[in-house]
Amino acid sequence: MSANNKSNQEPLFSAKNTKLLKKPFNLENPITVQVLGICSALAVTVQMKPAIVMALSVTIVTGFSNLLISFLRDTIPARIRIIVQLVVVAALVIIVDQILKAYLYDVSKKLSVFVGLIITNCILMGRLEAFAMGNKPWPSFLDGIGNGIGYGAILVIVAFFRELLGSGKIYGYDVIPKVVFEIGYVNNGLMILPPMALITIGVIIWLQRSRNRELIDKS
Amino acid sequence: MHSNRYIIVYSTIMVILVAVSLTFVAVQLKPRQEDNIRIEKMQNILASANIATTVVNAIETYNEFITQTLVVNNKGEEIKGADAFGLDLALEIKKPVDQQQLPVFIATLEDGKKYSIFPLRGKGLWGPIWGYLSLTEDFNTIYGVTFDHKGETPGLGAEINTDIFEKPWGGKQLFDQDGIFTSITVAKGGAKPGDIHAVDAISGGTITSKGLEKMVKDCMLSYEVYIKNKGRI
Repeated sequence: MSANNKSNQEPLFSAKNTKLLKKPFNLENPITVQVLGICSALAVTVQMKPAIVMALSVTIVTGFSNLLISFLRDTIPARIRIIVQLVVVAALVIIVDQILKAYLYDVSKKLSVFVGLIITNCILMGRLEAFAMGNKPWPSFLDGIGNGIGYGAILVIVAFFRELLGSGKIYGYDVIPKVVFEIGYVNNGLMILPPMALITIGVIIWLQRSRNRELIDKS
Repeated sequence: MHSNRYIIVYSTIMVILVAVSLTFVAVQLKPRQEDNIRIEKMQNILASANIATTVVNAIETYNEFITQTLVVNNKGEEIKGADAFGLDLALEIKKPVDQQQLPVFIATLEDGKKYSIFPLRGKGLWGPIWGYLSLTEDFNTIYGVTFDHKGETPGLGAEINTDIFEKPWGGKQLFDQDGIFTSITVAKGGAKPGDIHAVDAISGGTITSKGLEKMVKDCMLSYEVYIKNKGRI
């Protein structure tokens, strides 16, 4: 692989590039490690469907805003770079919001303000400033997609447990057999409320850090 | 360092490009978005008459069951030529009482009975709340209700659109035995058993509950004359 990196034509999925995609899953996860984008992670994880749509929306916006900003990075005047980034992100978010309203109306109602609030999601501006402003378009695009999926993966995991334990469903389908309810099992209403999202994320962070000890703060 | 002129030209071009692309997207998607809103309205109207629909069959079901629509004023007189479905109640309730145009939808169900459906709109804690209320043929007993909201607190005020809150409305009565409009009280601490003018409020959602009570009272009061005229026939 290192031989490839030295040649002029770097393959699209070189080791360096795939690393950009993979890192946000674990060591640089936006939610569990960088603790960014928590608000929306709490709000849209009651059911799997909105969580998946939100994950996709964020991934599309991070990917394409990184790509666009990276294309423009040499032309963007340094003094107004934050404004330019914000305009690009806001335009993409509005487009995503409009498409959801047209094609996935019920989900867009559940996501309500949180689609619009993708604009203020720290993951986006963070990646634009830290990565897209200083890297070529393709790696930037991968970095954006990676971070979007890293964010989305946590969302979907949290939503999976909240929907399963809170409503007895997965992706809207009943999965807990009637017999279990007859024995005396009840859905845990607390799982539907926001505090349990925070606790679920806490458990994920705990599990992750007990596996990757280098993530534990020294202080 | 870029010059000021560069920055101004750069931002101008950027803003124009973004504006053009957003306008294009908005115009292209508008018909679909409006269809979605219309379908949702149809589903809500039908839901208040306890007719379940899906997004796919909403238009068909609406055309099948909603056999008549009319617009009345607060004196109970029918206003000819007005489009009941197209009326925006949010705008109507802001007008002076005697200028309001109030829609009524009439559903004929399989058993041949006609139910009158009245739209509602009011304020919750964080924003607008709205809904539909259907009356049976005696123009007094509630057949069903459906409520919705823009942004009430999940788990608290937002519970107004759940079956747990909506189901008990069926069978309640708007007028007492003397024919006086009493509306429905959304009772904090729970309605007394057998009280036909009260339903349980939502714990932790007091302001939404009270807003909803006011919404039902105010909106149905506008229809009082119409309902009384109909009820006597």
